Amino acid sequence: MDLLHDFSPGLFFMQTIILLILIFLMRKFAWKPILNSLNDREEGIQGALDAAENAKKELQNLQADNERIIKEARAERDSMLKEARVLKESMITEAKDEAQQEANKIVAQAQETIEGEKKAAIAELKQQVAAISIEIAEKVVRKELDNKENQMDLVDSMLGDVTLN
Amino acid sequence: MKVFYRPFSCIVVLLLFFMSSTTYAGSASNGETSKEGDPVDTKEEIDAYIRHHLQDSHDFVFYTDGKTNTHYGFPLPVILWDGGLQVFMSSKFHHGETVAEVNGNYYKLYHSKIYKLDGPDDELVIDEAGHPTNPRPLDFSITKSVLGMLLAGLLMVLAFSALARGYKKGPIPTGFARVLEPLVIYVRDEIARPNIGEKKYRKYMGFLLTVFFFIWILNLLGMTPLGFNVTGNIAVTVALAVFTFFIVQFSGNKEYWKHIFWMPGVPVPMKIILMPIEILGMLTKPFSLLIRLFANMTAGHFVVMSLIALMILLKAQFGAVGSTGISLVLTLFITLIELLVAFLQAFIFTMLSALFIGMAVAEHDHH
Repeated sequence: MDLLHDFSPGLFFMQTIILLILIFLMRKFAWKPILNSLNDREEGIQGALDAAENAKKELQNLQADNERIIKEARAERDSMLKEARVLKESMITEAKDEAQQEANKIVAQAQETIEGEKKAAIAELKQQVAAISIEIAEKVVRKELDNKENQMDLVDSMLGDVTLN
Repeated sequence: MKVFYRPFSCIVVLLLFFMSSTTYAGSASNGETSKEGDPVDTKEEIDAYIRHHLQDSHDFVFYTDGKTNTHYGFPLPVILWDGGLQVFMSSKFHHGETVAEVNGNYYKLYHSKIYKLDGPDDELVIDEAGHPTNPRPLDFSITKSVLGMLLAGLLMVLAFSALARGYKKGPIPTGFARVLEPLVIYVRDEIARPNIGEKKYRKYMGFLLTVFFFIWILNLLGMTPLGFNVTGNIAVTVALAVFTFFIVQFSGNKEYWKHIFWMPGVPVPMKIILMPIEILGMLTKPFSLLIRLFANMTAGHFVVMSLIALMILLKAQFGAVGSTGISLVLTLFITLIELLVAFLQAFIFTMLSALFIGMAVAEHDHH
């Protein structure tokens, strides 16, 4: 086939004109609005996806926050409990100590009182014993000295004792 | 899948239907290459018939009755530039049988080309190569190919402006637009973006999309029995490639021209040797585009018609039913391949155009 002979300048010209007009028309009425719409749609989809992703991230942040807050609260509770326990123990020990001291004091006072009382009782007892002894002795002496004989015996014995001493 | 499946089966049915009608036309005479009443049944006649079909034509003939030598179709307007605009209908040529007389000028149609004659009784002077030496006026006629282009353009404007309007109703297209949208996205994401680059591709989308769909629709029109062979016409592919050539040259940046005239990174003698090669390369790139598209489409038409012609040629050996069967199976097979080629050639042309543009606008940050 003879290509150069087959080449038709007229057809070439017509094709060029038609293609130019077609490109112009298609750009204006088809490609521009289509590509713009496609772009808009894709941007919309991308935006929606991004928003969803952001929302997910925010939710995760929120959840992390919540968890952190819960953990903090739990830790605070634990520390408070611990503090309370320590406080309780210290209070108990303090109270015990105080009670011990008080008890000791009371015991000491009681002992003191008991000692005093004992001493007083002993002194009284001694007085009474002495009084009773004197009374008894008086009575015995009175009875002994009813007769002369007895009085003499007594004096003799006493004298004997004295001599012995 | 359903959307795709239905048109596809329609196409197959249409092909089967029209193949028979094309054969009908094949067995008829076109008045020029054979004697009246004699069907096209020899190798030479079939060859001439196929060659005739591959050429552009000034009238639109669906079917020719060889016995009565009547052509069923319609004439197309002829527009000539011959010392002034000459406009007349191609019916004046009577399919090349008579000399047309317009405003005192005489024209003769010979193998789909118009030649000027000196008078009503003047004859064409044929040289050894078989071409007439008579002058050829500039022919801006609305030929069959031009009609095909207009049809393809009309289809494109209607289909895609409908798609564009559809977006006003909502972001998701409905109906047929749903088929068109992925194609537009395909050209954008698979052809323009990767080859030209994210920043600059937008400027070239108008050209790339238009050329892609223009070539594809014309290729598909060529597969219908209407008999268009627009993209198999050298003038058409030259025009398309010239567009690519100029767009590439006009978008070429400093780096592009530097790479052509003074290749960086090579010794000076190499720069001098490379310069003519690169300048040649500027031309061979679009040249390969135009030859590839032309050759593929022409060959496709040639093969399909030759396989249809087997029906006649093998009749003696295999009988009417046998030869028809062989021809039917082979033609169906090749037609399906051509359906693929129709898309492939549109894709390759657009792809390579995008690649050449991409090379011209690429920013080199090395060297």
